[in-house]
Amino acid sequence: MANKVWVYIDQFKGTPNPASWEALGFAKTIAAPMGSGVTAVVMGSGVDAVVQKAFTFGADSVMVCDDVTLADYRVEPYAAVLVKIASEGKPEVIFGATSTRGRDIFSAAAADLTTGVIPDATEVVSKDGALVVTRPVYAGKLLSTVVCKERRPQMILLRPRAFPAPVETAGKSGEVVKVAPVLDESNIVTKVTEYIVEEGQVSVDSAAVIVSGGRGVNGPEGFEPIRNLAKVLNGAVGASRAAVDAGWIPYVHQVGQTGKVVSPDLYIAAGISGAVQHQAGMRTAKVIVAINKDVEAPIFNLAKYGVVGDLFQIVPALIEEFKKRLGK
Amino acid sequence: MNVVACVKQTPDSAAKLQVENKHVTWGDAPLIVNPWDEYAVEESLLLKEKFGGKAVAISMGPETAVEALKTCLAVGCDETYLVSDPVLKGSDVSSTAYALAKAIGKVGEVDLALFGRQAIDGDSGLTAAQVARYLGWTLLTYVIKIVEIDPAAKTIKVERMMEEGRQVCTAKLPAVVSVVKGINEPRYPSFMGIRKAAKATIPVWKAADLGLDTAKIGAAAAAVAWVDIYPMPVKETKVEMIQGSSPAEIAANLVDKIMAEKVI
Ligand SMILES: Cc1cc2nc3c(=O)[nH]c(=O)nc-3n(C[C@H](O)[C@H](O)[C@H](O)COP(=O)(O)OP(=O)(O)OC[C@H]3O[C@@H](n4cnc5c(N)ncnc54)[C@H](O)[C@@H]3O)c2cc1C
Ligand SMILES: Nc1ncnc2c1ncn2[C@@H]1O[C@H](COP(=O)(O)O)[C@@H](O)[C@H]1O
Repeated sequence: MANKVWVYIDQFKGTPNPASWEALGFAKTIAAPMGSGVTAVVMGSGVDAVVQKAFTFGADSVMVCDDVTLADYRVEPYAAVLVKIASEGKPEVIFGATSTRGRDIFSAAAADLTTGVIPDATEVVSKDGALVVTRPVYAGKLLSTVVCKERRPQMILLRPRAFPAPVETAGKSGEVVKVAPVLDESNIVTKVTEYIVEEGQVSVDSAAVIVSGGRGVNGPEGFEPIRNLAKVLNGAVGASRAAVDAGWIPYVHQVGQTGKVVSPDLYIAAGISGAVQHQAGMRTAKVIVAINKDVEAPIFNLAKYGVVGDLFQIVPALIEEFKKRLGK
Repeated sequence: MNVVACVKQTPDSAAKLQVENKHVTWGDAPLIVNPWDEYAVEESLLLKEKFGGKAVAISMGPETAVEALKTCLAVGCDETYLVSDPVLKGSDVSSTAYALAKAIGKVGEVDLALFGRQAIDGDSGLTAAQVARYLGWTLLTYVIKIVEIDPAAKTIKVERMMEEGRQVCTAKLPAVVSVVKGINEPRYPSFMGIRKAAKATIPVWKAADLGLDTAKIGAAAAAVAWVDIYPMPVKETKVEMIQGSSPAEIAANLVDKIMAEKVI
């Protein structure tokens, strides 16, 4: 178990966060020159399948803490395990995916381990024995490079979809090290009573395609065509703050500085003007398409393809056309 | 029940930023209360109105940050404190969290410390978790609703916003809670509030007042050091406007382009 590079695998009720595999794939490129393999760290309850996946995505070994106290995500038991194994195993670096849970666990654990934590990394390069990390700040208007010079482990959360997804190789396996939980239920003050989950909706966080609506959709029913287009493209529904504030769609869909920062392959903005605060959430999308009545809308400065027109005509036409092309 | 809200002063989100010698400047754009922290302040006021006690705001930063605290007074906070000392300059997340934890401790009987989800300058979203660790309090992040609080039993029930939906949980006070938009609608300052705030003198706590270990603060103690900062390189995009004689034709032309990008 002498691997110097670890990757924490974020999962929710047994479903791994795909950004964890991106982190795993990238970790291999950092580990190889160090002459190290990569250890995946998996926590949860009934997570054999996640452990298996970690091998197929390239882990050389897996440390797993599988226990009922970890069935629901809570920071206390999760961080306690990470702190314990990291202080014993002394890795050089622990990578993870930037997510609500990733930020929680890494930040809490870093405080206990008296080391630094760097979230939202979009680029990481090795230099003089430390990792130099690039991360956007000021809502993506600026880029900063930071480094955790002396303290170890370096704890780095990679931004989802900023690093390539590794290819899966079936039938791989490796060493599995079982780790005991640190806290028992009586020592955990947080108790989860229920989940309120919007059924069957793709979340914007890791979606490859996002179709977003803004004030231009003109009401809650205006999101119907947006939703239908997203559905045809297996994508998620996004929204501007104006649409969220108007109460037309829940806040989870909001993209922008005070919403989610997303980085899909395709971002279609319909009836969104493209204010800087909205741009802060979507400017790193690979291909941006804007549909807007107003040729002067700032969103067109960012878009690769634009349509000047009424979204209520263009979006339904797009749905029909995509259905045809995709054989749906 | 006493509630502390931690607020950071940041440049306005619409400010045009410039970088000179790795220093970020924003011309004459105003400095504001970090927008996420407005929700923390509002929640502290709502809790005070419901349960009594006091709403306290704390900010760490340069002397100019008193303005952010005046905004907090103007909307109704009872007390505000500025943590400011040249030796704190260059503090990273962990030193900031350490200083804020000590400041919260100095306020005295506090049941709840509220934070914004993240500061819109550094965009790190890490401070609340570390404050909780330093204080040894419960940590509840991304809270979109405080469902109930029982001050006598010292319990709290919240809804946390995760990627997959809301997680409802109960926990013990004292707690550190970070809040997201949607938890409330921040109020505007009242005329009386603004007058009161204008006259107020805001106490300043120095490192020594908080008993801070100087080895743990400032640029020298930072675990994470800044190497460089520069404007995001502008993506050279020239929009290609898709034309057509009918919506169907425009759609067909646009879909051609999108399919050629291989993003579907
Ligand atoms: C601190 C702060 C944080 C913020 N955070 C965010 C954030 O996270 N996310 C965010 O989105 N905003 C955010 N904002 C708000 C932001 O500044 C804008 O107000 C908001 O993005 C505007 O939303 P919109 O583009 O939907 O609306 P508008 O700016 O009103 O634009 C609507 C657009 O729809 C077009 N339109 C109208 N009808 C049609 C039609 N039938 N067909 C086609 N086009 C049509 C119009 O031409 C117009 O361009 C924030 C603001 C502040 C101050
Ligand atoms: N200097 C500061 N003074 C007061 N509160 C702060 C400070 N820095 C961060 N915070 C609080 O911590 C939250 C998260 O900040 P950050 O971790 O820097 O993104 C903010 O929304 C504030 O509530």
